[in-house]
Order: sequence, then C-alpha cells, then structure tokens
Amino acid sequence: MIYVLIALLIWAGGWLLNVRLANGPSSNLPMTKVVIPAIFGLTIVVVWELMVIGFVVNPVILPAPSSVLSRLGQEGPILWADFRQTILKGALSGYIMGTVGALIVAVIADRSDFLTRGILPVGSFMAALPIVGTAPIFVKWLGSDWESKAAVVAVMVFFPILVNTVAGLKDTNSMQRDLMRTYAAGYWPTLFKLRLPSAMPFIFNGLKIGTTLALIGAIVAEFFGSPTVGMGFRISTSFGQLALDMVWAEIVVAALAGSAFYGVMTWVEKRVTFWHPSQR
Amino acid sequence: MVKSVLPVLTVVAAILGIWLLAVVPMNMHLVADQAQRDGAIVQPDTPAARQGVGGLTLAINNPDLISLAYSFKRPRLPSPQQVSGEMYKTIFQKKITSKRSLVYHGWVTLAPTLLGFVIGTGMGILLAVGIVYSRVMDRSVMPWAIVSQTIPILALAPMVIVVMGSMGIQGLFPKSLIAAYLSFFPVAVGMVKGLRSPSSMQLDLLRTYNASGVQGFWSLRLPASAPYLFASLKIGISASLVGTIVAELPTGARAGFGARMLVGDQYGQPLVSWAALFAAALTAAALVGLFSAIERVTLRRMGMDAA
Repeated sequence: MIYVLIALLIWAGGWLLNVRLANGPSSNLPMTKVVIPAIFGLTIVVVWELMVIGFVVNPVILPAPSSVLSRLGQEGPILWADFRQTILKGALSGYIMGTVGALIVAVIADRSDFLTRGILPVGSFMAALPIVGTAPIFVKWLGSDWESKAAVVAVMVFFPILVNTVAGLKDTNSMQRDLMRTYAAGYWPTLFKLRLPSAMPFIFNGLKIGTTLALIGAIVAEFFGSPTVGMGFRISTSFGQLALDMVWAEIVVAALAGSAFYGVMTWVEKRVTFWHPSQR
Repeated sequence: MVKSVLPVLTVVAAILGIWLLAVVPMNMHLVADQAQRDGAIVQPDTPAARQGVGGLTLAINNPDLISLAYSFKRPRLPSPQQVSGEMYKTIFQKKITSKRSLVYHGWVTLAPTLLGFVIGTGMGILLAVGIVYSRVMDRSVMPWAIVSQTIPILALAPMVIVVMGSMGIQGLFPKSLIAAYLSFFPVAVGMVKGLRSPSSMQLDLLRTYNASGVQGFWSLRLPASAPYLFASLKIGISASLVGTIVAELPTGARAGFGARMLVGDQYGQPLVSWAALFAAALTAAALVGLFSAIERVTLRRMGMDAA
C-alpha cells in the first residue's frame, strides 16, 4: 500500500512541477519544451513501476519497467539479431523497393493527365485498405524468410507514396513552368530541376507515413511464418513462454526504431526542403 | 466527379488485366501436377523437371491446360472470377447467421470496430479540448501523442487480445480497445489542429462581443474544427478496421475477417482467404465512403464546402 501512496505522491509532484514549468516565465525556452514531456514520461514509468510492486501485479500480465530494462541489457545480442532480421532486412529493403516503385509509377502516370485522374482515386482508395491482410498470402508465395516481409512492406508503402508523389508533381504553377519554357528546358530538365524538387514536401509526407507502415508490415508478417529470428517471431514465442518482459523489450526496440526511422526522415526532409515555408 | 469515372475504370481494368495474366504462370505448376495425376500427358513429364522451367514456359508447352488455371481448386493465385464467385456465394447464398456467411464474419469484425471507433473518437476529442485549453497538457502530452504515431503499436494487437483473454476479458471489448487506441491519436492530433484553426482576428472579434470562453468554444472553435475532424475520422475508421482485423489474425479467433483469412491459409482454402480479404477491403471502402458523404453534406450545410 505504501508503494501506491508514493506513486500517487510522485504523480502529483511531477504534475505540479510541469504546471510550474509550463506556466512559468521560462516556458517558451527550447530547453523547457524538452524537459516537460520528459518529466511526464518519466513520471509514468516510475508510477507504473511502483504500482506493479504495490498491487503485486502478476508479471504475466504486466511486467515492471525495471525487469524490461534488465532484459534489454541482458538480451542485447538476441535483440540485435532480431532488429537486423526484421528492420534492416525486411522493413528497410521493402521500404526502398516500394518507394522506388511508387516514384517510377508516379512519374510515368504524370505524363498523361488521363492516367493521373485514374490513379489518384484508386491509389488513395488502396491506401485505406487493410493491406496487412495480404501477409499470409505473401508468406505462402515467397517463403518465410525476409523476402516475403519485404514484399508486404513494399505493397503497404507503395500507395501512400504514390498518391503523394502524383499530387506533388502537380504542384507547380504556370509561372514557374513558363519560366522553364523560356529557358528552353525540355521535359526531363523541367522534371528534375523544377517539378521533383517542388514535389518534395509531398513526397516526404508519403515517406513519413510509410515509416510506421513498414515496421507494422514487417512485424505482422512474421506472425505467419519466419525463421527462428525476428521481432515478430520473438514477440509471439516469448509470449508463448509467458516471458512478457521480453515482449516489452521488443516493443521498446520497435518503438525506438520507429521513432528513429521517422526522425531520420524528418531530418532528411529538413535538408532537402529547406526552401519550403513550413521549414523556415 | 464525372470526368474521373473513365480514367478510374481504365486503371481498375488494367489492374484486373494484370491479375488475369498473372493467374496462368502462378498456378501452372500446380495445374500441371494435377493434370498428370488425372492421366493427361504433360510436357515436361516429371514434377522435378517441371520445377526447372518457369510457369510461362510450362503454359506455352501445354496450351490446353491454360484454361484449367482459371478454375483450379486450390490455386496459389485465384482468378478474379473465382474470388467474386466465392464472395457471391458466401455473402448472398448463405443465411447470415451461418458460420460460413461472410456477412456474419463481417459483423463480428465490424461491431468491435465501430464500438472502439466511437470510444476512441470521443476520448480523442476530449484530449484535444484538454490540450487546447491547458498549457500543461499541451506541453507534456502533445509530444507523446505525436511520437506514439511513429510506433508500430498495431503489430502488438494480437498480444493485447491474449493478455486480456488470460485476465478473463473476452468478446467485444479487447478488440474494441485496439480499435479505440488506433483511432484515438489521429483524432486527437487532428482536432488539436482544428480547434486552433480560428485566426486571431476571429478570436478578437469574439472578445469584442464579450463572449465567454464556453461561448467561444461552441460557436467558433468547434465549428471551425469540422473539416479537420472529418479528415481525422476517415483516417481513424480505416485504422480501427485494420486494427480489429490484425487483432483477429494470429490469436485463434474463430470468427471475423481476420480469422477467415487465417483459416483459409491454414486449411488450404485460398478462396476463403481471398474472399475475406476483398470483403474487408469493401467494408473499409464503404466506411470511408460513408464518412466522405457525411462530410460533404455537413460541410455544405455549414457553408464550408470550398474547404
């Protein structure tokens, strides 16, 4: 009971501290903007830990953060192998294939107004569909190693990137196109020097949506068959052994990988679209 | 609207055409094996030798078997007419209470999706209101709401189901929880944007009217957020449906689209999987379409149809 009380006190303390910080004079400093969510996150983890101890929660239902952390420390090599199998081999290669495919199809479709008008609605329709459902089919076709995961990921990221790229390639005004014409620029110079660069904010929007989809696709596809390594495999087998702390350790890795993937994309976007109003 | 009908039909026809062409090379080996067992003469004549040649070569060598590829019983890639036939059979020709009816399985999936979606949307809107009006919540919760979008939480849906099952909670609720979680953050993030969309001019005008905060919320912020809300609702409902289906996939669920996909896969009935997949796609399309229609009508009546 004493742990629960301490947890409640820490919660109140953290909240009060944040109220002070957010309404205080320094609330607009970049430092404070990082500190406040950090305090919030830390409070939740501490309260979680104390609640698990205080209520003697069965670790099969919810493990304490400390045991998850110790798993993260102990099982480093296994987690790294899973990370390589799922993220680097499955998700990343599929992501690259899907992106390249979508860009090529978008540029081809863009040459004809007719095709564009057809592909935009069909593509945004496909982007809303439960494409993860194709995972069992792909595993059957391509075997259980990373190729089938890459295929699922490629199909999942294809449509959001396609739709955004097609929309982005339309995003030049007639003044800009006329300027290129006065320079006697043909189709390809116009594409590479004007239209692709001005489509970049749209393309990155699609790429960022794709990062989460890629991880989901790679992990879910492993539930339907995988070699004895991989994050999805580890999640489902650790689950069978009731090693919930291992499951949570994989979740932490997946969360970090997802945020890092997204972060890298945002960083590249900042570099590439430095000229866009939203980045200045 | 009318202008895009023909292009859309062309693209759909092209996809169907590619599909029809792909059926032959994908199934040719299986068809050839079966035909040989039935006593037909097949070139090349042993399964091992056939593995060495591609599906296309096999089709050219045995042109009389090509038509069989479209009606093969357990194909690797079923033909479009097989899938639509299976869907017709399981949607219209079975009683909707039957375990084989896709309508029954569709409802098993749809009910938790809708329940979860309603819960998630409600909570999302409440959180958004909290974030807009409380500086502390904005600063401490909003960054996490955005980060949580980048986490592949959907991949864990099956585990959540099993954990709750082991705690004795079964039925509608665990799946609704996942559907709610998945629609929660898109709605919250979109609504925060929407509630903040009134310009300072508009807010100042309300201040000159001496409007209270509550009045400002109901007559300016909430209406102004409608376009953002509908955009998030469309994302949220498809995310909820995907979440429910994934939750049904590897957990030994006995009913629902996800369970049908898995059953078809495990018991060698690819048609069942494919029919479930397409039925799920149609359901998603219908839900998104429904919200688009509501959006169009509502925004027009609010005088915002340009947006």
